[in-house]
Formats: sequence, structure tokens, C-alpha cells
Amino acid sequence: MLTIENLHAKVEGKQILNGIDLDVKAGEVHAIMGPNGSGKSTLSSVIAGHQGYEVNEGTMLLEGENMADLSPEERAHKGIFLSFQYPVEIPGVSVTNFIKTAINASRKAKGLEDMAANEMLKKIREKSSLLEIDSRFLSRSLNQGFSGGEKKRNEIFQMAMLEPKLSILDETDSGLDIDALKIVANGVNKLRSKDNATIVITHYQRLLEYIVPDFVHVLFDGKIVKSGTKDLALELEEKGYDWIKEMA
Amino acid sequence: MEFKEKLLASHLAFEEQIDFSDPVHQTRLESLKTFEKKGFPSRKDEAWKYTSLNALTRQDYALFPKTETTIELKKVKKYFLYEIDTYKVVFIDGVYSPFLSDTTHDGLDVCLMSAALSKAKYRKLIDTYFNKTTDKEDSLTALNTSYSQEGAYVYIPKSVVAEKPIEVIHFSTGKEKALWLQPRNLIVVDQNAQVQIIERHQSLKSHDVVTNAVTEIYAHQDAFVDYYKIQNDLPTASLIDNTYIAQEKNSSVSVHTFSLGGKLIRNNLNFYLNGQHCHSTLKGVTLLQDQQHVDHYTLVDHASPNCESHQDYKGIFSQGSRGVFNGKIYVDQLAQKTNAFQQNNNLLLDDQATVNTKPQLEIFADDVKCSHGCTVGQLDEDALFYLQSRGIPKKEAKALMTYAFANNVLESVELPILKKRINKLIAEKLGVNLGFDL
Repeated sequence: MLTIENLHAKVEGKQILNGIDLDVKAGEVHAIMGPNGSGKSTLSSVIAGHQGYEVNEGTMLLEGENMADLSPEERAHKGIFLSFQYPVEIPGVSVTNFIKTAINASRKAKGLEDMAANEMLKKIREKSSLLEIDSRFLSRSLNQGFSGGEKKRNEIFQMAMLEPKLSILDETDSGLDIDALKIVANGVNKLRSKDNATIVITHYQRLLEYIVPDFVHVLFDGKIVKSGTKDLALELEEKGYDWIKEMA
Repeated sequence: MEFKEKLLASHLAFEEQIDFSDPVHQTRLESLKTFEKKGFPSRKDEAWKYTSLNALTRQDYALFPKTETTIELKKVKKYFLYEIDTYKVVFIDGVYSPFLSDTTHDGLDVCLMSAALSKAKYRKLIDTYFNKTTDKEDSLTALNTSYSQEGAYVYIPKSVVAEKPIEVIHFSTGKEKALWLQPRNLIVVDQNAQVQIIERHQSLKSHDVVTNAVTEIYAHQDAFVDYYKIQNDLPTASLIDNTYIAQEKNSSVSVHTFSLGGKLIRNNLNFYLNGQHCHSTLKGVTLLQDQQHVDHYTLVDHASPNCESHQDYKGIFSQGSRGVFNGKIYVDQLAQKTNAFQQNNNLLLDDQATVNTKPQLEIFADDVKCSHGCTVGQLDEDALFYLQSRGIPKKEAKALMTYAFANNVLESVELPILKKRINKLIAEKLGVNLGFDL
């Protein structure tokens, strides 16, 4: 589904990614771990098409198609979704209206009519119950005054609504207590299928107890320095990142 | 003849049309003298540093419309809050339109300034209130006073709650190629009374119209006044709005100003807090493009202790438009325990727009809480990326962010139907369909 080869990227003249290779197939969950400053969030931003980052070497293919010239919205239309570590507050636009706007923007890009109101409503009900979100929450302004847990739950709700092929969860566990973490992880697991794929970016192993990855990669200094199965995450939890740094 | 000369020379003819014996004859003459002495303000005046009236006052204007004009209701319906029942005071080219209006004397007065000035039963009120709040040194106010004759007159007696909002609408038809209008409004809200008022100036055809309006508002003890100014005129229309508000003990007055269109708009908004425990709210959304110019010049005069004022103005500018904000807060040495807050945030959507913003705080009491803040910035790229990553194209994402930027000013709009209208207007001005019903 996603094939990244020798990806180099920089921001404001500073080189952050130094040759990433990653191959994510449909149905798989990949975890990317690494210490602070290793380039994890940069990688997710680059995949989603943030224009502040310059890709100066390497390629990214989504289902065989080169993504280099695609805007963030075009990538979204092709099925990439990024769950943000720090979602943006939009006063005056409710959660419901925001997601309607997003869904219909994607449909428009595909030449489809706006989704019928009753169909939209049904889908909102179904997906919000998956994340234990009540209707009062849906009429609040997007992310405004949301707790950390509410923000993340809302991110996964949007993911559920947009039904992406490739989801990237950037530090989705940060700021979550254990109950919120379970709800969010449960939502992600229910959305998993043989046709979609997930990249989980995290500093800690904790989230991976609930969203079990097929592969774990360790990012350090803008490169993947070690890959393995879920056991690698446990090893990192136990030994910390220092041995990885030494290895690199 | 220069336009100033014309205004001076035409005054006799103006007063001949009406009754020399009316109670404000002397006030008119004195005000004309002030205007004669001072003339139009120029950019040499500190208060007019960023706004020039030269281009407007160099031209000639008709002062008295030739004939009465009628307009079909269906052509102007959209300018009214037609979804709800309201009182209406409507003028066409400065002349009262009985057909479009819906006035009352039943328990409260919603009627005409000309009636209040000419009828004996209003004499006492006119003597008590007319021209008592205004700045006597202000030349444009003086000019309006010297020609004051028509406008809205509202009196809400003690403990009466006006159950319908009042719409005051001034249409200009373009029948006169260039027209100078000077409406004069007087609003008296007695003890414990309440009223909501919506004021609008609207030209129906592109033509040079300048409105130099003066509105005086008196909020007595425990009174509640909720006032909305809708400034969404054609790019050929200019407005100089002079509003003076006197507040007594425990009164609450809020003014929302929506400046969404016009050639040149200057809002002189003055609050005088003459009693304790007053609440004052001044809010505005300015959304401009092309060569439009809006200048907000506010004064909150905290003359009494324990009052609270909140100012929040948002400006959004693009394509050569120009915004000015000058917010003066004056706290008298008697006005201890004052809470005065001021915020002016501006968004420049491209590099051709200009904003000048200046807070001006003069505080002579020592036990007060005052704050001010102004910002001039652009849309946050990371926020745009968030919206784009959800599949929303950049143009729509920008519109949504811009809309969100202006939104918190709208939260305090108490009339739901008006809130919806303004929301729609802003969305329209931003040039995109936001994909949902606001």
C-alpha cells in the first residue's frame, strides 16, 4: 500500500529524515518508535504532505502512485489520514459540521454528490457510538475546550468517518488516561480490516499493548535503525533507547 | 463652490422648510458655527491620522432629495429581518417611508425624530436629551446637529420591555447621483427598560452616497440596550457613524458593529459610564476587500467606580483594503474597581492589505484592572494543514479558519436570526460554500 524508499526530508534548512525505507501492506499495523527528536512526527507530516517540509531525495508511493506532487487534500482524497498529536481548535464550527465538510470535500473531489443528510446522520451515529461519543459532544465547536482525551477520541472519530486506506496515528496515546486509551485503541482495532493499514507512531510501548502491531521499527536520527515484531517494543520498554543509540 | 461652503449656504433654506420655532433651532445654529469654524477633519488631526475624508468632501452632493421615492417591498425584503416580527423605521433617500415602516405609540414610542421635534408633547424629552451626550467640539457631529431633523426616535418607558426588536433602515435609491444624508437618532431607555435595535444603511444602486449619522442613546438605571450595526453597503457608499451612549447605574449596553462592505466607514463609538456597576460591550467584525476602508474609533469613559467594559474587534483584510482601530479607555480617578478590557485582532489574508491599530489607555485611578492587546497576523500554516489533511481544499480551509477567527464575536449576538444572517454574510464574503448550513 505505502512504499517509501530512501526518503530524505528537511525543514527550514535542517535535515531531519536521512533515508527512510518502509513498506506497509494492506491489513498490516506498523509501529514506529524512537526517542524524542528522532524524526517520528516529521515522517508523519511528510507522508500527509505538509508543505513546510521539503523532500529532497527518495520516493513515496501510495498503491504504486507517486505522491510527490500531491497536496495534503489530494492525499486525503486518496485515502491517507493523519491523526494529529495537537489537533487544531476551530471555534464556531461544530464537530458534526466539520466532518460533513470533510466528507463532502472528498466526495466532490471524486465527482460524487454530497452525502444525503439521513445517510450522514446514520453514519455519524454509528461511528460516534464506536468511540463512546455522545450527541452533545458532536455539537460542540471542534476541539475548543476539549480535554486531551476528547481531542484524541475526536481524531479517531474523524478517521472512522473518513474510512481511510492508510491511517497514521501520531502520538495518539499522549495525554490519555488509561480509560481513554482503551476506548481509542478499541476504536482503532474495530476499524482495522484486510484492506486498510495503520502506522502507529509512539514513544512508549503502552499503546501497543492495545493496538498490537505486526511490525515495529525504531527510528533514530532520521533513519530506521532496527525493525522487528512486537517483541522489539517490549525490549525497548525494558532497556530504553540508549542501546539503539549506541548501535546507530 | 466647495462642498463645505454649500453646507453653510444651504442651511437657511433647510431651516425654512421646517419650523424655526422648534426647540432645537438655537442648537442647530450654534452647531453650524462650530462646523464653520472647524470644517471637515483632516489628517493633521490626530484622530484622523489614518483616514482621509478629502476624496469624499471634494465632491458635490445633493442635500435635499428632490422627490419622495417609493420602493416595492419585495425588492428590499432581504434587508429586513423578515423572518421575525419587528418594529421598523425606514427612510428612503433620507425621507420617511410610511409604507415600509411599522411604528408604534402603544406603550412605547418608536417613531420619527421630526415628530418628536415638532410636537409639544415631546418637548420636555427633547429638552432633556437632545444633543446632551455629544462631543460639542466634534465637527462632523456638529454638522449633523446643524441639519438634524429626521431619523428614528425611540422611547422605552420605565420597566417596559420592547417585545419586538426595532429595525432602523436607511435606503438610498441612486435617484440622486450624489447624496449626502444626515440622519439623527435619539434613543431613550428609561429605568429597568429593555430594547434591541438593528441599524442598517443600504444603497440599492451604485452611486455616491455619504451618510453622516448621529445616534444618541441614554440607558437609565438598570436599563438594557442591545444594539447592532450592519454595515454591508455597496462599494460606492460611505458612512460616518457617530454614536454617543450615556449609561447610568447598573445599566448594560452592548453594541456590535459588522463592517462588511462600503467605500469608507468611520465608526466613532463613545461610551460614557456615568453610574456605578455599568456593563458595556463593544464588539466588531470587519471583513473587507478591494479598496475598502474601515476605521473604528472607540472611547470608553469610565467616569464612575465598579464598572466593566469589554471590547473585542476582529478585522480581516485583503486586496488593498485598509483597517484602522483606535481604542481609547479613559479611567477617571474616581473610577476605582474598574474592569476594562480591550482586544483587537487582525488577519491579513494577503500582502496588499493594511492595518493600523492603536490602543490608548489613560488611567487615573489606582485600583483597576485594565488590559489591552492587539495582533496583526496571518492564518496559521499548521492549522491549514490540519484542515487540508482532512480533505478540505486550501481555499475552503482558509475560509473556514477565517470564519472561525471572527466567530467568537458572533457568540454574543442575542438574536439568533441575526446571528445566522451575519454568519451567512461572512461565509458569502469569504467566497466559499462551507458545505453546511450555519
